[in-house]
Amino acid sequence: MQTVVRSRSKEVVISSERPFVIIGERINPTGRKILAAEMTAGVMDRVRADAIAQVEAGAQMLDVNAGVPGIDEPALLVAAIQAVSEVTDVPICIDSSVIEALEAALAVYQGKALVNSVTAEDERMDRILPIVKRYGAAVIGMSNDETGITMVPQERVEIARRIIDRAQYYGIPREDVVIDPIAMTVAADPQAGVITLETMRLIKEQLGNNMTCGASNVSFGLPDRPIVNAAFFSVAMHAGLTCAITNPLVPEVRKAVLASDLLLGHDEYAMRWISTFRQEQKKAAATEPVTR
Amino acid sequence: MSREEEIRQELFDHTLNGHAPEVKALTEEALNLGMDPMDILFKALIPSLEEVGRRFERGDFFVPEMLIAARAMQGALVILRPLIAETGAKPIGKYVIGTVKGDIHDIGKNLVIIMLEGAGFEVVDLGVNCAPEKFVEAVRANEPHIVGFSAFLTTTMPMFKVNIQALEKAGLRDKVAVMVGGAPVTEEYARLSGADHYAPDASIATRMAKQIVGAAQAAENPALTQAVELIDKTLKKG
Repeated sequence: MQTVVRSRSKEVVISSERPFVIIGERINPTGRKILAAEMTAGVMDRVRADAIAQVEAGAQMLDVNAGVPGIDEPALLVAAIQAVSEVTDVPICIDSSVIEALEAALAVYQGKALVNSVTAEDERMDRILPIVKRYGAAVIGMSNDETGITMVPQERVEIARRIIDRAQYYGIPREDVVIDPIAMTVAADPQAGVITLETMRLIKEQLGNNMTCGASNVSFGLPDRPIVNAAFFSVAMHAGLTCAITNPLVPEVRKAVLASDLLLGHDEYAMRWISTFRQEQKKAAATEPVTR
Repeated sequence: MSREEEIRQELFDHTLNGHAPEVKALTEEALNLGMDPMDILFKALIPSLEEVGRRFERGDFFVPEMLIAARAMQGALVILRPLIAETGAKPIGKYVIGTVKGDIHDIGKNLVIIMLEGAGFEVVDLGVNCAPEKFVEAVRANEPHIVGFSAFLTTTMPMFKVNIQALEKAGLRDKVAVMVGGAPVTEEYARLSGADHYAPDASIATRMAKQIVGAAQAAENPALTQAVELIDKTLKKG
């Protein structure tokens, strides 16, 4: 199954037959005080810099979130997306829990965006999915509903199926629903990781849809998070994860994704792996201090 | 060192390291030796969990370590609680807590509950997705010292204000201290919402709760003021 997203000039295909798609997570003011302050003041320099840096580090898409408390989020989200589009040409993942903000962003976006996100809550589905349809976008479906997040993998699959069914009811093709099987931190529940992986395996087997997740969640509350995140990518990609919202500026994560692509047969003759290595060699040589 | 002293030290160490079976066995041994349940609680278990909280705040301890320490302590509390209830000792305070309406995130809230119970609070957990009426009803029914609202999303944070207005409307606002917290919440946002306290993490939430209750009890009983000041000083040193 293929999920195709587009910017004005670039197309990205998410598929289990293709290399993994990294959706850069950095443009999000939650927990980033300086970014939040700048965005509130309408200063988009850091947003632009984050966009460029993430794309250079291998992000094929960028998540844009403007959730600053107490702000006019629709206007700010539109401004942030415009700033990102000025400096990069990758497709955007429009991230908001405010429906008006999603709609405002979709209205100005040129291309086919990925909407982040809808849950299986009836009210959310019936408000968000018609908007997704109207603008011809794709959407991330989170496998939780009014009752919360179940820790039974098959139940998460059924919740995902409900979102796909409802999307189809509103005229959205099933391949345009990317399922988030939900990654929770293993710090709070040692079984959280394996439950997520089993959910992925079942979704791959029973639904076949593309899957994404907020991968950095798995290591919340733990030390040395990049390594845990990197290991998660290796196992999750094997279980069926085809894209993820994460930070490509973390070298461990970027490399784990590339290496897993190679091991899973998505990097013919290891050309991406080798060229990445060469680029790094070149960079290291350029920045090497002059010997005295 | 007497065996009693040894037991206190071992309880402290095993709780700190989250060794539930050892904590349970030591608690039973202590009771068999005739040690006072309050002694076990206040001289071994609670100081240990306070140390866990301090280490967590410093970044020396991580979430799983806090969880297993609290679990080890809960094993002892199950044994001690009925005995302490017999002696007529009361919990140090009452705390009503829940995740606000529209929000189903509960990891942070659950950590706060564990730390509060460990510190000797009676906690009423309203769960997730709690409507303002539910908070109002729980405050009315339980008469807690503190009510805590947790929110993980910028879109659900406005419920703090809604909840506080609901408490005002019900005439309960001045009867309870309001504490708020959650990933996107800031001190300033908490203040603008009309909350009394902002807690950036579970350990700080618990320390603040103790100060609030200390203040409340001191208002009722001036003799306690000195003890509360002593506790505060000890905590600041850590």
